[in-house]
Amino acid sequence: MEDKSSGAYWSAVLKLLRNVLIIWFVVSYGFGIILADMLNGIYLGGYPLGFWFAQQGSLYIFVILIFWYGSQMGKLDIKFDVEEK
Amino acid sequence: MDLQTITYLFVGASFALYIGIAIWARAGSTKEFYVAGGSVHPVLNGMATGADWMSAASFISMAGLIANMGYGGGLFLMGWTGGYVLLAMLLAPYLRKFGKFTVPQFVGDRFYSKKASAVAVICLLAASVTYIIGQMTGVGVAFSRFLGVTNEMGIYIGMGIVFAYAVFGGMKGITYTQVAQYCVLILAYTVPAIFISMELTGNPLPQLGLGSNFMGSDVSLLAKLDQVITDLGFGKYTTQVPGSKLNMFVYTLTLMIGTAGLPHVIVRFFTVPTVKAARASAGWALVFIALLYTTAPAVAAMARLNLHQTVNHGVIASTQGDGSLFKAENALVYSERPEWMKRWEKTGLLGFEDKNGDGRIQYYNEKNKTPEFMAKVDAAGWKGSELMVNRDIMVLANPEIAQLPNWVIALVAAGGLAAALSTAAGLLLAISAAISHDLLKEIWAPNMTERQELMAGKIAMACSIFVAGLLGLHPPGFAAGTVAIAFGLAASSIFPVLMLGIFSRTMNREGAIAGMLCGLGITMFYVFAHKGIFFIKGTEFVNAIGGPNFFFGISPNAFGAVGACVNFAAAFAVKRFFPAPPAEIVALVESVRIPRGSKEIGGAH
Repeated sequence: MEDKSSGAYWSAVLKLLRNVLIIWFVVSYGFGIILADMLNGIYLGGYPLGFWFAQQGSLYIFVILIFWYGSQMGKLDIKFDVEEK
Repeated sequence: MDLQTITYLFVGASFALYIGIAIWARAGSTKEFYVAGGSVHPVLNGMATGADWMSAASFISMAGLIANMGYGGGLFLMGWTGGYVLLAMLLAPYLRKFGKFTVPQFVGDRFYSKKASAVAVICLLAASVTYIIGQMTGVGVAFSRFLGVTNEMGIYIGMGIVFAYAVFGGMKGITYTQVAQYCVLILAYTVPAIFISMELTGNPLPQLGLGSNFMGSDVSLLAKLDQVITDLGFGKYTTQVPGSKLNMFVYTLTLMIGTAGLPHVIVRFFTVPTVKAARASAGWALVFIALLYTTAPAVAAMARLNLHQTVNHGVIASTQGDGSLFKAENALVYSERPEWMKRWEKTGLLGFEDKNGDGRIQYYNEKNKTPEFMAKVDAAGWKGSELMVNRDIMVLANPEIAQLPNWVIALVAAGGLAAALSTAAGLLLAISAAISHDLLKEIWAPNMTERQELMAGKIAMACSIFVAGLLGLHPPGFAAGTVAIAFGLAASSIFPVLMLGIFSRTMNREGAIAGMLCGLGITMFYVFAHKGIFFIKGTEFVNAIGGPNFFFGISPNAFGAVGACVNFAAAFAVKRFFPAPPAEIVALVESVRIPRGSKEIGGAH
């Protein structure tokens, strides 16, 4: 039988959080700051890639991340039968 | 019609709209006053959050800041948006489920202690008051620049307008006026940007224009900008870093967790009907914020290139190091300068001093003392940079530089005022709620009736407006830096305590209080060391602790993230010496983590 306890729900939530935070960190601090100089050798149109991540790319990915997180949470809520009625 | 008339028309119409909305959305209960009845649609709440968030500083100053900082300016863009990811995932849904009105109330209940709540009020007031001083001066500046009234007059008008809709409408009035203010400010920001992008790159979308080729050439706009400004002795636009990479990293982190910890932003997520809506609303807020924040770097780079092009005719034809930027005949003759320069010279935001007496404007980085560059400067007979440029010009004069019609200039005025007013109102609400709800109702006079509390809320709001106005009229000398410090304070005190409250079942009140005090304390200590005790000049003691930025080269504005680490560490260290939280608190944490049942709670006691 699948574990539907609130403990299992919470660990599923934490797993999702971990994944979102990894992407959040990699695009902004990783690509936008730490690796920016390296990525600047690659061009996206007229944008050096590291510069693009710091001033444009991170922001787009943040927006996508929040909506993706929201939809994943919605699925988890239903799966564990804790959604709002 | 002349410009002044159109401006008054646009600004007057927008004010009438805000007041109209305020009359329609009067608050009849404390729930409406504090959280707009908890029934705002997530998309509308997202818009209101956007307006709440984007202050006069974002609207007027950010693009100029990025224009000066180049690549490093990305720390503001990432820092002030990345926090919404944290807010959406780590705080907003859980605080919504908790279902009370304010941040200190959560802290007080979760840590079963009035003391914890009182400490949270102190942290909240420290962050909000430093923030509002910056906003009120911003209101004055915006009014004086756009309407040609004095700074003081501007603040009085601003106080009057905010009073009209915040005192009577509370959160409900503020929310719906903020929706209108968002629409005004985003139009005002993007319309000139689209025109400028068209002009410089032929691409109407500024976000794509910044990555396109410079009009009429096969060189990209950014490469052109890099070439021009490095030739003139400035740092390379696309790689310039503030201080060090480490400082940029920590600064970005401070802005992110500070954003997630700012009470006037958090409280917006108490206004939506469900936990699901709180998650979505953070996403919508970021969509609306990102619209402006992805346009800003384009405005920054384009305005900077435009400015150089205006004062140096060699810009278009020049190639790296060919010396055409240094040719005498390429510098703009002062008496032939365009109309907009004359207009902005009168405001003092633009200044010219003919240091070498040739009647032409030379604009370059006079602080660059490398021998090769000095040789070029000497050969050209330059005696110092002759143009003084205030960074706010980048946005304010944008429509004029691009020769846009008068109605666009009027729109920018209405947008700047909308940005200033909406943020001030949001902050005032957070402050007055902390006073009337967290201090009066929860601590001093728990027997107040709903009607009395609503009245107390309105009085607290009126007093807050008055005090904020006074602080704006007589800024305590340190106003310029205060907004940045507010982020550090929120990052080091409020964000960690909320995280601990939600994600640690075993955190007890002693740990939480110790954490808040240590986090706030160490951050203030570091800031005061650099800027004086309570910002009083002459009391800096930075040399006593090892010189400026002694902590791994981290600047005081960036220090909040370090304060947050201290907060967490202190909380876990102190926790071990005191009893675990009682069973009902553990049950409260469990219930906050589960979305079901959010509608039944809804703010009641």
